[in-house]
Amino acid sequence: MLFTQMTFQAALPEYVLVIVSLGLVLMAAFVGESSNAKKMVRLVALVGYAIAFATIFILPSESQSIYMGLFKVDGLLVYMKALVLLGAFFACFMVNDDWSDGVEKPEYQVLIMLATLGMLLMISANDLISLYMGLELQSLPLYVIAAMNTKSLKSSEAGLKYFLLGALSSGMLLYGASLIYGFTGSTQFDEIASVISQNGASSGVIIGLVFLLSGLAFKISAAPFHMWIPDVYEGSPTPVTALFAIAPKVAAITLLLNVTHVVFADARLEWMQVIIALSVASMLLGAFGAIMQKDLKRMMAYSSIAHMGYALAGLAAGTQQGAAGVMIYMTTYIFMGAGTFAIILMMRRDGVPVQKLSDLSGLSSSHPYWAFGLMIFMFSMAGIPPLAGFFAKWYVFLAAVNAGLIPLAVIGVLTSVVGAFYYLRIIKLMYFEDADSPLDKIAPKENVIILSISLLVTVLFFFIIGSLREWTYFVVQSLPVSGSL
Amino acid sequence: MIESLFFYLFASITCLSGLMVISSRNPVHSVLFLILAFFNAAGLFVLLGAEFLAMLLVVVYVGAVAVLFLFVVMMLDINYAELRDGFQRYLPLGLGVGGLLLIEILFVFFNSENMPQTAPVLNEVSNTRALGLVLYTDYIYLFQLAGLILLVAMIGAITLTLRKRENVRRQSISKQNERSREESIEIVSVTSGSGIRSK
Repeated sequence: MLFTQMTFQAALPEYVLVIVSLGLVLMAAFVGESSNAKKMVRLVALVGYAIAFATIFILPSESQSIYMGLFKVDGLLVYMKALVLLGAFFACFMVNDDWSDGVEKPEYQVLIMLATLGMLLMISANDLISLYMGLELQSLPLYVIAAMNTKSLKSSEAGLKYFLLGALSSGMLLYGASLIYGFTGSTQFDEIASVISQNGASSGVIIGLVFLLSGLAFKISAAPFHMWIPDVYEGSPTPVTALFAIAPKVAAITLLLNVTHVVFADARLEWMQVIIALSVASMLLGAFGAIMQKDLKRMMAYSSIAHMGYALAGLAAGTQQGAAGVMIYMTTYIFMGAGTFAIILMMRRDGVPVQKLSDLSGLSSSHPYWAFGLMIFMFSMAGIPPLAGFFAKWYVFLAAVNAGLIPLAVIGVLTSVVGAFYYLRIIKLMYFEDADSPLDKIAPKENVIILSISLLVTVLFFFIIGSLREWTYFVVQSLPVSGSL
Repeated sequence: MIESLFFYLFASITCLSGLMVISSRNPVHSVLFLILAFFNAAGLFVLLGAEFLAMLLVVVYVGAVAVLFLFVVMMLDINYAELRDGFQRYLPLGLGVGGLLLIEILFVFFNSENMPQTAPVLNEVSNTRALGLVLYTDYIYLFQLAGLILLVAMIGAITLTLRKRENVRRQSISKQNERSREESIEIVSVTSGSGIRSK
């Protein structure tokens, strides 16, 4: 039957988010506009994420599909869901009520909760239709919150650009999905996989797959589908950018992993070329595009393109080891992103948010803790041992080398050297240059907490990498691709 | 016999109104002809036995999309003369695309024996019923998701457009109801030759 206990249990985090977000809609309508009311809405949202995160631990860890095979959970997907919920919690936690940025409306919380729900559903998609529905449920609220600051022209521009390009990518994805459906006769992932393993991938399926991958590459902003991301990062209110930088990419890359490693596991050679091309283009563009940036948020946008390129290198391997590498990469990516944006959110001069690179100069003397934190995150993103970013790169490149993709790994290492230039430039600005006027001496405790947590995880990552590696290597064993662990 | 009569009726009106959409001078007339084309296409669907698609076409395209077009066309200040300026310039491109489509249709027409068979016609249940049987049972998950997406669209549209602006006089119904005769109306006898000063 449809609503058995199993159904409820497998989709518990989603149920929690649906109920809390619908409750928030009502609450937002009735509590009014006072600052206490806003605090209450945010608190309820945070509790919602916390409960949803707690329910992750009672999810079944073995693979099972419910709702007539439209929805699937297994160990890998549950882990990624936990990451998404953690990222959404961080992003929601960091928004300070006193700093409006246009996101002070209670609807903001409702929308990001629904977007998070969309991300979870995307991760669990086991059918082309549920994939598309999850993707849209994730994208639509994000389009809206990008344009949330109605007083800022740049925010409206960001929202419009994101919406138009997002709609274009949805169109490509749908076209690909329709071709795949037409040539395999099913929208259900298991059936598509079995058709491909029996008959091989026909040319129609491959064209459909390329379109599907392009649509998904848009969502993770892999080059050459990256053109929206610098403007969207720069124009959106900073709390929104922080959310963009943390949560949605985890969901999109999990979907990409699911599509390539599970559904099209037997068409590995076909999608590998696409993923390798995306990976190389993203690594190069991310590394060289960031050099000329003067805006911190724009620079983070290029940095995230590069990160997606590295994560795609793990996917390109097409092995269980590569999938585990992607999981480790996204784990570190969340913490580094959350920590960096916790600092960017606090950067204010005379109460006005600033986001230029030059505003960081002399940070070490005015805000030694921020400067230290940002230095660690930059070193980590550049991939300097023994920080988290080093292990992340290590495991994806290791997988690429083991799969015989040595040129890809070499390009990856070379571009991270180029990337190190702009990460180190920030450190130079903070430690070796003098400030004209220091930034505000404010430190909202929420942001400092997130900063400290991310800092701890990034610095002490070598303590958890052993068990994380074992856990990820264990859950990827269910993937139907060749293993070489 | 009567079926083919209806087919030619619907098909010819669809084609003619399609022609009128692109050739009529007034954009409002264009949209109205578009609606006529939609209705006749819906008629063609009914002849094919796809009555659900026909209803959908009327409800979605006529009811929502075309009316939206009509609103846009009526509200925007369009310079009709300027719109026609590009006609000569885009004519070759338009003819090219149209010709390509024509060749494709002819190709299908002359190779109709080699084309894959059309979907089997389910005679047991009408297709509305067939959809209804699975939409709320097997696909309830997707149905609910669609509901959530529509909710997001609604919240998003309201959030982005509703803003509290200063210096806007809004109607306050409770204030209006509270007013009494004494504070609203004053009867003054005006002596001729001198005005009254309002308070």
